[in-house]
Amino acid sequence: MKFNKDSNSYTFIFSIIIVLIVGVILTSVTLALADKKAYNVKVKKMINILSAMGIDSDRQNGEELYSKHIGDIYMIDSHGNRLDEYNEDFAFNFDVLKQNRDKTVAEADRIFPIFEGENESGEKVYILSMAGNGLWGPVWGFVALADDFETIKGASFDHSGETPGLGAEIATPMFEDQYIDEKITKDGSFHNIEVVKDGTGKDAYKVDGITGGTVTSKGVEKMVNGTLEIYYNYFTNIK
Amino acid sequence: MSEVVEKTKIIEEPLFSKKNRKLVTEPLSDNNPITVQVLGICSALAITVQVEQAFWMGIAVLFVLMIGNLAISLLRNLIPSRVRIIIQLVVVAFLVIVVDQLLQAFVPDVSEKLSVFVGLIITNCIIMGRFEAFAMGNKPWPSLLDGLGNALGYAWIIMVVALVREVLGSGKIWGASLFGSNIVGEETGLYAMGYMNNNMMILPPMALIIVGVIIWIQRTMRKELIEE
Repeated sequence: MKFNKDSNSYTFIFSIIIVLIVGVILTSVTLALADKKAYNVKVKKMINILSAMGIDSDRQNGEELYSKHIGDIYMIDSHGNRLDEYNEDFAFNFDVLKQNRDKTVAEADRIFPIFEGENESGEKVYILSMAGNGLWGPVWGFVALADDFETIKGASFDHSGETPGLGAEIATPMFEDQYIDEKITKDGSFHNIEVVKDGTGKDAYKVDGITGGTVTSKGVEKMVNGTLEIYYNYFTNIK
Repeated sequence: MSEVVEKTKIIEEPLFSKKNRKLVTEPLSDNNPITVQVLGICSALAITVQVEQAFWMGIAVLFVLMIGNLAISLLRNLIPSRVRIIIQLVVVAFLVIVVDQLLQAFVPDVSEKLSVFVGLIITNCIIMGRFEAFAMGNKPWPSLLDGLGNALGYAWIIMVVALVREVLGSGKIWGASLFGSNIVGEETGLYAMGYMNNNMMILPPMALIIVGVIIWIQRTMRKELIEE
């Protein structure tokens, strides 16, 4: 049978068939790989939580180290009350990124998870989860707070699409480790940690931003200060 | 009789004939997609800060370009000419999504490193360029070779650019420090002697300047590439 390749009906039929084939294959690929991807995301979260506590792990031992070092997980509200109606699974899987995106949830109604753990030297730490906005997309991370409720023991940040070599450097130890030993209080009340450009990051309450990654660095600054202030309400309550 | 002879001649053309080898070797130098055709410049700017990213980007483009060229070439006599660009776009988008999904599932660390740039392969002009200029008019095997040649031509240029930028901009190759540690206050190696990374190298315009330098060197060596 000879087709008229330029007829309208052939063009329509050909396009529809191609799109259907592509659609079916893509759907099957996505469904077939869904479990693997979900597992990767879960382990990545565990690695990030451990990294905030100063424990290095990889995709092989992440799950094991996580269960060894992390204990209680629970939710708090923005006034600093512990919410016992949510269980551990809910708290682990709670998506602070989604909450950050969702403009229908008022700031005062936001809830946040806390991971209690013990670092390698046996000190109790509270790992706090946060989300904010970078240049191209969301940034998120974990900050580990010592049980004096004011000293940061570690931080780990991540992003979905910041520029490699520029904004993406927030996810490297070079940037993250600057938060270690910074204090979040001054004279008994909450104090911001500033991201600076002038190279004075060694000073207290300051960390150096990333050259060429100013918007991302400032996004991290806003996220860390905004979220830690909310968490601080909880620590004031249990002090 | 002579017609029959003519036909068998075409069929029996060896897989790696001189003409077919040229399809692979030409894009590496004299017809390089980046330095001669000046295509795919946008991704050459974006992912050439680190060699590792440039390498994985090269692999991803290689996969998409070879399979894509093959698919378009197989479909070339069926594709209605009025919608051919859209069909090409569907094929490249499909392949890129598959690559992205496979990376996420099997090599999640690489997927995180490349982040959004995998998706941007769709807009890489080299791919649409080869589909339209070559695969639409040639048989599957030459198209596959053409895809291989152009992807390699793209990959080696971006890796050279990334090498220059990573060494001079971050003092590293493939993430490994070359000149010691440059953590403020605890410098070692060259940094302790006052060496500093050139931060300008990290910024996108420097990729363009390095590509320009490569074009300059290439045209000095091969005068026939210089346009009137």
